[in-house]
Amino acid sequence: MQSNKPTASDVSALFKGDQVHRDVYTSDAVYQLEMQHLFVNAWVFVGHESQTPNKGDYYTTHIGDQPVIQVRHSDGEIKVLHNRCPHKGTKIAIDREGNTGKFFRCPYHAWSFKTDGCLLAIPLKKGYVDTPLKNTENVKGIKPVGAVHAHRGFVFARLADEGIGFDEFFGDSLSSIDNMADRSPAGRLEVAGPPLRYLHKCNWKMLVENQTDTCHPMVAHESSAGTAISIWEEMGSPEPRPAAMQIIAPFMSPYEFFEEMGIRTWPNGHGHTGVNHSIHSDYSAIPGYFEAMTESYGEERAKEILDENRHNTVYFPNIMVKGPIQQLRNFIPMGPNKTMVESYIYRLVDAPDELLARTAMYNRMINAPTSIVGHDDLEMYERAQEGLMSDGLEWVNIQRLMTDVEDYSTEAVENGTTERQMRNQFDAWVKFITVSMDATA
Amino acid sequence: MKISNDQIIDFIYAEARLLDEQRYEEWLALWLEDGYYWMPLDYQQTDPLLVTSLMYEDYFMLRLRVERLTGARTFSQKPKSRCNHVIQRPFIDEISDNNIKTVTSMHYVETRMDDQFLLALTATHELRVVDDKLRIANKRVDLLNSDAAFGSIQLLP
Repeated sequence: MQSNKPTASDVSALFKGDQVHRDVYTSDAVYQLEMQHLFVNAWVFVGHESQTPNKGDYYTTHIGDQPVIQVRHSDGEIKVLHNRCPHKGTKIAIDREGNTGKFFRCPYHAWSFKTDGCLLAIPLKKGYVDTPLKNTENVKGIKPVGAVHAHRGFVFARLADEGIGFDEFFGDSLSSIDNMADRSPAGRLEVAGPPLRYLHKCNWKMLVENQTDTCHPMVAHESSAGTAISIWEEMGSPEPRPAAMQIIAPFMSPYEFFEEMGIRTWPNGHGHTGVNHSIHSDYSAIPGYFEAMTESYGEERAKEILDENRHNTVYFPNIMVKGPIQQLRNFIPMGPNKTMVESYIYRLVDAPDELLARTAMYNRMINAPTSIVGHDDLEMYERAQEGLMSDGLEWVNIQRLMTDVEDYSTEAVENGTTERQMRNQFDAWVKFITVSMDATA
Repeated sequence: MKISNDQIIDFIYAEARLLDEQRYEEWLALWLEDGYYWMPLDYQQTDPLLVTSLMYEDYFMLRLRVERLTGARTFSQKPKSRCNHVIQRPFIDEISDNNIKTVTSMHYVETRMDDQFLLALTATHELRVVDDKLRIANKRVDLLNSDAAFGSIQLLP
């Protein structure tokens, strides 16, 4: 993008409907627009309520490039605050989590604040008596984000004071989070330990797109999944299968498997793979679990919950959840060519520990910086990030199984190898960047 | 057969050398097949199962990991990574008839193309004597900065 003061039409021109300009992955100017508009106007994942269970508990993270604090206020509500002292800008909290008691106290000049951000006290306050401090934004305290909403324990925030509502933004896509929580006999999830943190030298959107890219597993992961199968066969195909065979081998499923699994897209950039079945369908049953689910929900409802085998659900702009294994990946942008991937796991409250053990195993086998499957993926992203610097071609192709009549404002279910969800994401990307931009220069 | 302290210490050094020289067949042969290679994610982590680790790998997974390194379509190893361990003299914390525990500080360097990184770590080995030979029963690798964000760590620290 050339313009010094980009306009909405400059941004719209980066997505032709079937192709996307490489600047969306490489340009610092585009990245700045994402931070100033997309991550301000959209509802962005912050954390899970169980990360801050008690009053005064806090946890620090980022919304786009904005440092924020999730904190449990004295009234029991979750607040999300900008992590910046209103005085000199010092970060109020730098540890990843902790408990601040009844108030935050800035470590620099001891301005103190209630856990909803309101200013509590300033030392030697008489020094401000004859100043216009009372007329400033700063005197109000630590600034809260525009809006906060928790759904089944998952906390989302919108930085902008005004904008699209939570329910309108997510719509029926919340069914994936609901299914993940419903898999607990108590209907609740709790975070299990710290997340894996894996640094990627690529644009954050490559990771989001890869979540519904069903034509790469059997190619990029042949080195891991294919080798697993050949070792297992060499051993005489022993049953029960080694853990790695359960978790990694399904990546080698044939194209037909992925075509038939289906992809569903929802308005505003959300979508999921695994409408009909998924690589998580054949996980072995855990003794006692179905019985506990039946006791809570009745047999019919329990079956309905467990028959849902959605694979990856993308919540635009930058998280993915896996309902059947209670996992969430947060793709946090750190620059046009740098992304922090945090991979969380959750315990199904009142379910057998074996389920959590499998979830933890999946996380380390697939999402860790030490994961062979992670190595396969990262290699592709980083090669793409470098390849896109080529001036030979400017456009990236996302035409697979495209039809003339795609309307992203309605829900659709299609062949599991369509790139419709990628197009759906870029449609939402343009919408939520340009909604707060000037139309023309 | 009585195992001497020198034999134990030499074993720890030799294991690191096999990894650095990428002699993985010989390295796998050091392991008892019910052993686990554990690399915790959290500082002083006590539970390998119900929270995430960086690695908690059985013999099958270790075999998969090292066989993958030489695969024809292992693109993240084209070109290959290399590594180097610099190890301090192991402490022998426990030595009984058939149970040996050592604790060893190491600096580990891994490189691929123009990138190189350094990890400081403590390796805890549980060893057993089987048919007069030392074998690895379990190995725990605590990275000094295990809770930091990393790029890919492709070989074995």
